[in-house]
Amino acid sequence: METVFWKEMRDHFSSWRFILLVSIILLAGFGFTLWSGQTIKDAASDAPTEYVFLLLLTLERAIFSVATFLGFVGPFVGIILGFDMISGEYARGTLSRVLSQPIYRDSLINGKFLAGLATIAVLWFSILFIFLGLGTSLMGFPPNAEELWRLLIFTLVGIVYVSFWLALAMLFSLLFQRTITAALAALAAWLFLTLFIPILAQALPVLIVPTPSTPEQQALQFNIERMTNRVSPVYIYSEIVRNLLNPRAHLIQMMSEQVSGVLATPLSLGQSLLLVWPQVCTLLALLAICFGISYIKFMRDEIRA
Amino acid sequence: MSTIIETHGLTKRYRDKLAVNELDLEVEDGEIFGFLGPNGAGKTTTILMLLGLTEPTAGRATVCGFDPTRQPLEVKRRVGYLPENPGFYDDMSGWENLYYIAKLNRIPDPEARRRVKRLLEQVGLGEDGERPVREYSRGMKQRLGIAEVLVKEPRVLILDEPTLGIDPDGAVRILELINNLRQEHGLAILLSTHLLHQVQGMCSRIGIIVRGRLIAKGNLTELGSAITKDAGITLSLEVSGPADGLQRDLRALNGVIDAEPRGRGWFLRCSRDVRPELVSLITQKGLTLLQLKSEELTLEEIYLKYFREA
Repeated sequence: METVFWKEMRDHFSSWRFILLVSIILLAGFGFTLWSGQTIKDAASDAPTEYVFLLLLTLERAIFSVATFLGFVGPFVGIILGFDMISGEYARGTLSRVLSQPIYRDSLINGKFLAGLATIAVLWFSILFIFLGLGTSLMGFPPNAEELWRLLIFTLVGIVYVSFWLALAMLFSLLFQRTITAALAALAAWLFLTLFIPILAQALPVLIVPTPSTPEQQALQFNIERMTNRVSPVYIYSEIVRNLLNPRAHLIQMMSEQVSGVLATPLSLGQSLLLVWPQVCTLLALLAICFGISYIKFMRDEIRA
Repeated sequence: MSTIIETHGLTKRYRDKLAVNELDLEVEDGEIFGFLGPNGAGKTTTILMLLGLTEPTAGRATVCGFDPTRQPLEVKRRVGYLPENPGFYDDMSGWENLYYIAKLNRIPDPEARRRVKRLLEQVGLGEDGERPVREYSRGMKQRLGIAEVLVKEPRVLILDEPTLGIDPDGAVRILELINNLRQEHGLAILLSTHLLHQVQGMCSRIGIIVRGRLIAKGNLTELGSAITKDAGITLSLEVSGPADGLQRDLRALNGVIDAEPRGRGWFLRCSRDVRPELVSLITQKGLTLLQLKSEELTLEEIYLKYFREA
């Protein structure tokens, strides 16, 4: 398995599409961070003292923040690493040759998946470190301990999220033995989950409760919208990021009646974690399901090419 | 001599299609067994079952004393398999491709490097080892494939259509390579092909598979005599001069089953040797005999005969 792992790692890091993608992420990431850094400095007095550093990630300039940007390109990283994982081997005709070597069949798929995982982890941690360095030099002071923890957890969740897309892409690359079909299917899934679910989430509540009059009905409408949104892992991830990186985020999500009586103070790290725990578990479960299906499918397939 | 590959009633069914039907096969140590059949006859499916890459519906196989379904790793450790159209990692060099396979076989490092280098030279790729495989020609890839199956130092080679799509010169080189391997290492080789002349030259025994059934096996003479028993002998005849009505006379001759024009002469199927009568018939009609010869059955005729009867 290590042999497969190291070979795949080597392939990932030397492939052009990966290098291209990383440069885009780094360039855009730099730009966004510098930009929000400037904004924060310009209005230094408005910034909340407890989490200035996190603001670097979440401050929304123009269209989106650095965190949203990372959440946006994350699926691409996963898809690009995974879409030809198995279908590529079929296309090149290398699968039967490799599988006629004395290795267990699952060590191939495990090695490949772990290599993808490791690549993602390396990439995301590099981004974290670059961000820390850049942020410190921009702000003139380092992040405090809680901010560091939040950033670390944000990175870990990001890795899980991207790995989910990797597993999904791998599943498609098994289901469709043609590389292009697999890539398109993964992109279509991404498009559906990012664009169509939110549209559906807006339309459904109005369909089910056309004219909300009582607070209960309003609450129902709100819940339908949220639950529809939560079908999509994209939304689940954005919920996690929002709550992790902005200790005050929980206030925004509440309805006006609920907010009255709630202290408008930022949540502690533990409380924030508690808030996002179900979402994190969902992501992990989705990842496990995608990988599980791929694993079983791969083990039972007949290898002809 | 011991049996290396053995199958009993090996059967593979895909939904309603019977791909391999009760195949009984044995390959002895140190022989080249020609596995002959048209495209889609079930050759590759049989091979996949021998390697444990797919499970048989019924029957069993033994390779080097192991059951491929139960102990695929033991089988794969001893069998080198070259698939039809073997693919390589294009952006890696030939050397790297072989080294990867060596590592998958858990060959320790200095030995792996030595072996890869030696094998590249043996198949005539010593100078191209560092070039990426995408620059290789088809014949070079096929030779790289042969080097690859030897990396693990196998006891058996299973080669699926090793000369497919290669020019005649390249094909001859590959066949020579295979023949040398058998002589040097005493390997048992299962050579699957639909090209007859290849099998004819080098295989000690042949199995003909058509639509999933092994319809004949044995060496060339055994296969041939099985047909000629009822077919008698075939003659080809060529004459010069006005040959009007000769065909009717030929057919009327006692012992001639059929006479049909072929080229500038006739092709006769006879139940016995009618050559003396033929010569006198031709002289009677005032014609000049140019050629009269008995045709040995080539493998092609044997093959076509079996193929059509199946």
